[in-house]
Amino acid sequence: MSATPGTDHDTARHALLTMWTIRRFEEAVDDLFARGLMHGTMHLSIGQEASATGACLALRTDDAITSTHRGHGHCIAKGADLTRMMAELLAKETGYCRGRGGSMHIADTATGNLGANGIVAGGIPIAAGAALAFKMRAEDRVVACFFGDGAANEGAFHEAVNLAAIWKLPVVFICENNKYGMSFSTEKSFAIENISERAAAYGIPGTTVDGNDLDEVYGAVSAAVDRARAGEGPTLVENVTYRWKGHSKSDKNLYRTKEEIAEWRAKDPILRFEARVKESGLLTEEEVQLIRTQAMEDMRAAVREANAAPDADPSDLLDAVFARA
Amino acid sequence: MSSTQTSTSADLGTDRVITYSEAVREAIGQAMEADDRVFMLGEDIGVYGGAFGVSGDLYHRFGAERIRDTPISELGIVGAAVGAALVGMRPIVEIQFSDFTNQAMDQIVNQAAKIHYMLGGAMSVPMVLRAPLGSGTGAAAQHSQSLEAWFAHVPGLKVVMPATAADAKGLLLSAIDDPNPVIVLEHKLLYRTSGPVPEEAVRVPLGQSAVRRRGEHLTIVGTGVMVSRALEAAEVLAADGIDVSVIDPRTLTPLDDAPIHEDVSRTGRALLVQEAPGHVGFTAELSARIAESPTIYRLLAPVRRLSGLDAPIPYAPQLETASVPQVADIVESAKTLVKES
Repeated sequence: MSATPGTDHDTARHALLTMWTIRRFEEAVDDLFARGLMHGTMHLSIGQEASATGACLALRTDDAITSTHRGHGHCIAKGADLTRMMAELLAKETGYCRGRGGSMHIADTATGNLGANGIVAGGIPIAAGAALAFKMRAEDRVVACFFGDGAANEGAFHEAVNLAAIWKLPVVFICENNKYGMSFSTEKSFAIENISERAAAYGIPGTTVDGNDLDEVYGAVSAAVDRARAGEGPTLVENVTYRWKGHSKSDKNLYRTKEEIAEWRAKDPILRFEARVKESGLLTEEEVQLIRTQAMEDMRAAVREANAAPDADPSDLLDAVFARA
Repeated sequence: MSSTQTSTSADLGTDRVITYSEAVREAIGQAMEADDRVFMLGEDIGVYGGAFGVSGDLYHRFGAERIRDTPISELGIVGAAVGAALVGMRPIVEIQFSDFTNQAMDQIVNQAAKIHYMLGGAMSVPMVLRAPLGSGTGAAAQHSQSLEAWFAHVPGLKVVMPATAADAKGLLLSAIDDPNPVIVLEHKLLYRTSGPVPEEAVRVPLGQSAVRRRGEHLTIVGTGVMVSRALEAAEVLAADGIDVSVIDPRTLTPLDDAPIHEDVSRTGRALLVQEAPGHVGFTAELSARIAESPTIYRLLAPVRRLSGLDAPIPYAPQLETASVPQVADIVESAKTLVKES
């Protein structure tokens, strides 16, 4: 856990670099895909950087996360290696999953990332189970469980939140409400105002924050992490945010207006944080420019190194199905 | 891999006889004593002792933390087991009836089975899911299915069907040791059956068929409750001068088919028996393996499959009995097969 990003120089620098790194990584993926240099599909988190970054700032390295199909940001914010991520997306042997998983299945044991997930709500019961293990072993570790608004209507969400509540498990449920489950808006898919209201049904605290405000996200998740670490059980934190890009490559944006997208672009979480820390004098304009440059250079280096790596090797596909004793 | 016969006291080196459910309980108890990472999750496994009485007194021995009663949330509890396994625990989930695994299929099929492979080997899911399967209790269509072929069709899952008390213990111990998700399907009619079981924690390896009986004229292959039915049928057939082998693969995945090829090549006849519906079932896989190998040249008659009806399991006792192979059906099929050739 770090000092509040909006008031501490080093934390602010780290947070801004993380957000720019996520943005540049996602833009690079978008570009590589558009140019036919990347295979498969991907789900970009441009516009949601403050949610992943603010939440992970509230965690220790030995805390765990579970992530989603839109998971690049969580992965980077928890400390993953950019080159290995990019190598995975570019179908290389040096990728996190040796080309077996791709964008939706990156995990990183070194940073406690238990994995992105291709199934909506698939990671939520897994997060509860990891938290159960931590509690049974009396370790003071916490699990942050990321999922989207769509997942809150899956049975897995309700079963897992209930289990975590009755067993007071050290888990923070972080709902990234980006307004759409693919094309279906939250106005249509929920009869409640805030998804965090669902916490009451399980007897746990729930809170809704501006997910594009890094300090707000950090504050809410920190409080929830403290509560979890103290043995007081789970919290549901809803980060209200927006994805600028489509759901995935097939998205033609038929379900929302250009005006709506423009409105949310104006609430850019990175520029908002930059303006705040410059205004308060926490970071100078020069420092901000250096951070932007470093994010771009880090991403370019990752693409370069990943491109030079050997392609994923099909020779031992069957050997990898089962783990060996 | 060599096959073994493990159905008699002499083979097992013990005279101690306990029930199948006691054997399962003993395996769990010994695994929990030996390894703090092992714990159990399931519905009514605590004070209640399990719907089929399998967990019994484990709650009193190990306490509520490790014999963990859960709400009725199959998807949640299987997912919790996956998560706990990912961070180093060795959970054993009891699903009250194997039919209820349908509630948890995402966690079994999309998560547990695939995580090791999908993550390029970075993590594994060492968990056991135990569940009673099969008909014969008048519980009708949603409490009586045999879904083993579903699980066996998913790469990444190991599938175990113990037929004897000794195997119920020995295979479960191996399943708990295994670094992969293992589905252990226990036939409900076997829980009260008894047999010799070693007191020590003797492992029966996964992927080793058992030859339960060796005969000259015909090879019967079956798993679970069909093993004891085939052995009973063998006695009836012996009185008619028909001498049969009975082979129990014990684990569907990994499958040790060498003893089947070897025995069928010798007898020239194969009768493949299962309680599950025949259409696209496990015995269809066995039949294909015979057809795809030189074993086919040794056949004196076409392979014969005897399966449950391609219908849900009905309630009325006479309808339920008529829906799955009984001893008399095995006898009749065996006689027909021998007479045909």
